[in-house]
Amino acid sequence: MLKTEPYVLNMGPQHPSTHGVFRMELLLDGETVVDMRPIMGYLHRGIEKLSEERSYTQCIPFTDRMDYLSSMTGNLSLCLAIEKLAGIEVSERAKYLRVIMAELQRIASHLFGVGTFIDDCGASGTPFLYMLREREKLIDLFEMASGARLTYSYIRPGGVMRDVPDEFWPAVRRFVAEMPRYIDEYEQLLTGNEILRARTIGVGILPREQAINASASGPVLRGSGVKWDLRKADPYCVYDRFDFDIPTGKQGDAFDRYFVRVQEMRQSVRILEQAIRDIPSGDPLPKVALFFHPPAGDAYGRSETPRGELGFYLVSDGSIAPYRFKIRSPSFINITALCDMVVGWRIADAVAITGSIDIVMGEVDR
Amino acid sequence: MTQSLSGEQVANRVREVLPNAVVKADGIDLYLRSEAMLDVCRFLKEAPDMEMDYLTSITGVDYMDYLEVVYHLTSIARNHSVVVKTKLYDRAAPELPSVISLWQGAEFQEREVYDFFGIIFTGHPDLRRILMWDGYANFPLRKDYLGLNYGQRPALVE
Amino acid sequence: MDWRDFYIYHLGKVNESVRSWLSAHAAGWTAYVVPAILGAILLLVFLLPSQLMVVWIERRLIARFQIRRGPNRVGPWGLLQSIVDAIKLLSKEAIMPRYADKWPYLAAPVVGFIPAILVYAVIPFGPDLAFADLNIGLLYLVAIGSYSVISVFMAGWASSNKYALISAMRSVAVLVSYEIPNVLALVGVILLAGSLSLTDIVRAQSSGSFTWFITVQPLAFLIFFITASAEVNRTPVDLIEAEQEIVAGHHTEYSGMKFGLFYVAEYTSILAACAVMSTLFFGGWHGIPWLERYIPPWIWFIAKIYIFFAVFIWTRATLPRLRIDQLMAFAWKFLIPLSLLNILVTAVEVLLIDNTTLAPAVWMTLLAVVNYALAALLIVAWSRAFRMPRRRSADIPEVRRLGALPAETPSY
Repeated sequence: MLKTEPYVLNMGPQHPSTHGVFRMELLLDGETVVDMRPIMGYLHRGIEKLSEERSYTQCIPFTDRMDYLSSMTGNLSLCLAIEKLAGIEVSERAKYLRVIMAELQRIASHLFGVGTFIDDCGASGTPFLYMLREREKLIDLFEMASGARLTYSYIRPGGVMRDVPDEFWPAVRRFVAEMPRYIDEYEQLLTGNEILRARTIGVGILPREQAINASASGPVLRGSGVKWDLRKADPYCVYDRFDFDIPTGKQGDAFDRYFVRVQEMRQSVRILEQAIRDIPSGDPLPKVALFFHPPAGDAYGRSETPRGELGFYLVSDGSIAPYRFKIRSPSFINITALCDMVVGWRIADAVAITGSIDIVMGEVDR
Repeated sequence: MTQSLSGEQVANRVREVLPNAVVKADGIDLYLRSEAMLDVCRFLKEAPDMEMDYLTSITGVDYMDYLEVVYHLTSIARNHSVVVKTKLYDRAAPELPSVISLWQGAEFQEREVYDFFGIIFTGHPDLRRILMWDGYANFPLRKDYLGLNYGQRPALVE
Repeated sequence: MDWRDFYIYHLGKVNESVRSWLSAHAAGWTAYVVPAILGAILLLVFLLPSQLMVVWIERRLIARFQIRRGPNRVGPWGLLQSIVDAIKLLSKEAIMPRYADKWPYLAAPVVGFIPAILVYAVIPFGPDLAFADLNIGLLYLVAIGSYSVISVFMAGWASSNKYALISAMRSVAVLVSYEIPNVLALVGVILLAGSLSLTDIVRAQSSGSFTWFITVQPLAFLIFFITASAEVNRTPVDLIEAEQEIVAGHHTEYSGMKFGLFYVAEYTSILAACAVMSTLFFGGWHGIPWLERYIPPWIWFIAKIYIFFAVFIWTRATLPRLRIDQLMAFAWKFLIPLSLLNILVTAVEVLLIDNTTLAPAVWMTLLAVVNYALAALLIVAWSRAFRMPRRRSADIPEVRRLGALPAETPSY
């Protein structure tokens, strides 16, 4: 036998498939990963510190820049926390608008997440670009509502920035009517693809118990078979009025996480259909001033973003700025168990597993 | 709907097992002695009527007189949650037992709290800086970071 | 007037005329040297514009697959894009890593480029239009084709980059494994044609006993297509330069025209693989019979090359990539047994043909039906019998979490 020894491969922060500036130190035995150490912080902007010097409303743009693939849900989480802290009431129409935006954003984010995951499995961009085709329509919708295409800052404490324009409704109805057909199209290309199945089924298994123990959330947790979705478990806005299912995976492998995302897109379409049907008229604008003084105390507000539970723990000292602004970001906590999932697989699998968790570095590093 | 257990309710259960652990309990929060943190967490995780199997978040807060660490615990099995807090008065070397033996999810979060507040979690296997770079000298989320005077907030124009 | 009277139809006749004129009017050695130089120039005239065209075609076509437009700014329909890219590559700074092994590093692109071009020496573009009509042409092709692994390994080793080194390891593993089914797939064709000369193989597909060999060798063609795409690094088996895993593989550290040479060599060998496929399985320079008198054979041949190239682009645009152990298992468990079975079946068939009294059309049909049915049966049976490896690698040393990596990050 030849004497061999493992070697360290420094994957990232500049690497085609580390989703931004994530860095993995891999200890490799040939191509097999023996140990792995995630290293982050390359995109750390100190949002938690910066927010302590800004009023609550001024903090909202930070949430756009955390999970920049799902800004709406970031806005929503923070606004839920602020409203809980300050006891702000939200009108019915604003609640429905929030649900519509959050679900549209969930579809957009899952499209991107699944697309990059398939790319990480080695496809040369075709599924990804097909998914971007639909994401583009969603971005157009968001642009109608908020005026921005990436950083929306649309949802505000107490309501939304402004009511959606009239042309939004036919466009969103058309999208909701078309989307199931597009999802079928992706599934035709991907779900039965023998190479994709060989690459993902049984790969990077996160067992049910460990998924809970490692505080995983979102599709990662549900891919492991845990039926836990804050929209059902702890309903916010008006999610308790809608009829939808929580898709779960069987064994918690990369394929299950992919499949849960695809199914969640279908469920989001279901929610959207109901929300668009039921939305009441009224004034969705916030009834509070731009600057307000929440009473001293703390509050933890959370919502289910496409990546999992995004929570904000806010401490107020009675001034207009948060005394402490803590972000519980799902991407950051979801990669806790990455090491256990990756060890024993090949380099190619390490990339695919990281892709299946769908991290956004803006949120990991904050 | 996730049911938030009140601090008193949980405190009563905790007192049965660990009489000295609870410092204060009110309708919302539950303050614990820092040394007893690990034991209480273990009790909360393993007690059949608690089953806090999910560690939602660990947060550090600097209240200037003391550092506070807030644990948000959730039970996925029973769909209820509790907030557990503890105060650390030693700013120079605040120590807290790590709960990583109970929840793997604490691994990065404790590192993050250490990174930002300098709270040392004893028993953590790999307590290094996580978002700031290795060798960074400060704990940036403490209120005295960057020479801001103790207790003085930056002025905000209204 | 018949096209077939003109030189443009039979480009090979130019060579013959030059040779006979020179041997009559000049020193004897010129009759060998001048046609050789002429042939080389002709090959380059085909290859160099082809490079530029092929890159443009690939980018445009893959853009169509991906519902975008592709390069369309430089020149009409972006046709000049490749030329501009080449100028950019030529004018770029040549960067060499400090710890690179200098001479292998510099030699690798050249070493890779030469065999890619040498392959074309034996490929018959038309009747009498092969640069060297070797009677062991197929053997030469296989031998030269496997040289490219040396270039990849040199580049991977010399650039002192771990990604490049992984790519080098992969290239050796993949090429050694895939060379076997690749050659075995050719044996069926050799048995049927009874010759190793590529010109003879094409002639055997012309008329009389056989039509194109794809009709009687479907399994061999499939195996050859898969192995060829593994050898020229096309998705789904482009492990050597798997972008998502090992950045750019062996040419991670190459810039400027050194990278350009790798690029050109890659496309040259893809075209060569397409050429070999059309020679062996799709009748080489033969076209559709009633059009053959209007279109010269060399155009038929080049058209076939481009059609196969489009098929390569199609697979690249569609499929994700296999993992290294799956790729190896695929070669050893699927392709090699199937190609051996194919040889067995073909050999029996050839024996039977020699002793048959049936009309050629009858046993041709019979053979085609039997072989297609057999191919389908074997593929289905094999995919049922064996599964792709999906498990964690079994032989990993038991390691403690958060402990195996050195605590201090080594300096890179």
